[in-house]
Amino acid sequence: MPNLVIAEHDHGSLKSATLNVISAASAIGGDVHVLVAGVNASAAAAAAAQVAGVSKVLLADGPAHANLLTENAASQVVAVAGGYSHILAPATAYGKSVAPRVAALLDKAQISDIIKVIDADTFQRPIYAGNAYATVKSGDSVKVLTVRGTAFAAAAPSGGSAVVENVAVVADSGLSSFVSAEITKSERPELTAAKIIVSGGRGLGSGEKYRDVLTPLADKLNAAMGASRAAVDAGFVPNDYQVGQTGKIVAPDLYIAVGISGAIQHLAGMKDSKVIVAINKDPDAPIFSVADYGLVGDLFELVPQLAAAL
Amino acid sequence: MKILVPVKRVVDYNVKVRVKPDNSGVDIANVKMSMNPFCEIAIEEAVRLREKGVATEVIAVSAGVLQCQETLRNAMAIGADRAILIETDVELQPLAVAKLLKAIVDKEQPRLVILGKQAIDDDANQTGQMLSALLGWGQATFASKVEVAGDTATVTREVDGGLETISLKLPAVITTDLRLNEPRYATLPNIMKAKKKQMDNFKPADLGVDVTPRLTTLKVEDPPKRQAGVKVADVAALIDKLKNEAKVI
Repeated sequence: MPNLVIAEHDHGSLKSATLNVISAASAIGGDVHVLVAGVNASAAAAAAAQVAGVSKVLLADGPAHANLLTENAASQVVAVAGGYSHILAPATAYGKSVAPRVAALLDKAQISDIIKVIDADTFQRPIYAGNAYATVKSGDSVKVLTVRGTAFAAAAPSGGSAVVENVAVVADSGLSSFVSAEITKSERPELTAAKIIVSGGRGLGSGEKYRDVLTPLADKLNAAMGASRAAVDAGFVPNDYQVGQTGKIVAPDLYIAVGISGAIQHLAGMKDSKVIVAINKDPDAPIFSVADYGLVGDLFELVPQLAAAL
Repeated sequence: MKILVPVKRVVDYNVKVRVKPDNSGVDIANVKMSMNPFCEIAIEEAVRLREKGVATEVIAVSAGVLQCQETLRNAMAIGADRAILIETDVELQPLAVAKLLKAIVDKEQPRLVILGKQAIDDDANQTGQMLSALLGWGQATFASKVEVAGDTATVTREVDGGLETISLKLPAVITTDLRLNEPRYATLPNIMKAKKKQMDNFKPADLGVDVTPRLTTLKVEDPPKRQAGVKVADVAALIDKLKNEAKVI
């Protein structure tokens, strides 16, 4: 039976997390179909049809999906779910809101945040903030999964030539409605897709210093900017900067942790990075136990030096 | 209106769990257990809504072993008016919990259910969404601000890239994110008072819910260990390593 991937998109294009989910769906085996539920979303559907490994795109194009409300999205998935053995969504704010709803409507268990496909029924996932990995087997006829993007390489965005099939759009549930959005505008790469991340912790002391010290370095490296939960709690930066168990899970090529002590909950969000650099004045900070390269000293001197030398 | 707040008993936030030598799970014997932090935020939010006069009663509910009573007492010490324990020794998975909670919702008829977005043990992040689907209610996950007026809740949500505000028709389900509030400490007088508050006890069978697990855990293991690297002397040495050894810049 084919697998269905719930695309995350902005109507005009696919969010990169969708590509990682398509890889996970391919790893399970069987045909991969992608559902794009949006409005005037033919561009997103066309993009999905180009992705390597996708054999069919279902486009549910209508006003119920204008604001990507999760109640309507889940109903749409359920409306097309017949005949699929696996339904997969990215483990993003969107996917995590939709997938459990789909699972409950189908009376199936949901498996969150899979990091490995063992076989069609068996998956590995982190528990306890990544301090243990559980291998779980589902006894349900349909598996509803969310996929941790950093654990699966992105599928190639081109090379596919899937057909796009229009499907009937569900009615608006009327249960919720969109009011407003404040999306942080940034020239920087998105945190979960960035190759390099410069991340700051409480050691920076204030939001002003966070910006003054880290921005030049991030600019030089064309890096995304992140933060520890301590820095978010202290109000230095908004919550969408947060890397960790309760924030974003990232795995860039290079992660530079500045003034971050390395609480378990932070390490859970970044320890799969390819190379980790830690800059901290405390030589015993736990962050050094995961860092490939550690630099002990005053970050207010070292970070500007580093930015200047690059 | 009544607010129902499901709470979960989990290994305390500060405990570093250990995988059992036989890989059957993590060792939670003799480990400190506490209320899941996101559930504390949910209780706090519900109590604040009652203090503002929006809600009339806050009911805490927990499903699991008998010791969940302690978690419920804690919820009542923070300010919940009464509590319901759904007692079972069966391993409860999110779908089963959502079904149990639906049965309690059917009995109690709350207008709002506020839950933590995820529990810090299984990190599932499912129960609120599942409950909302089973009830046919609207949902707002990852709430950082909640305002209730009349038949509507306006909820600001933490989404990837920023904030989104949605309006929910009540009754509805809300799940809490970290920045929604800072839960108060339970004071000694309130802890004493909580001991006298009402706590009802049900079994899953009383509620007509089949809680048989759908998922089997085959194995729990340590994640691959990341080796500590080297400390470099200065910025020049760091740049040299990044360029020539790691080749990431």
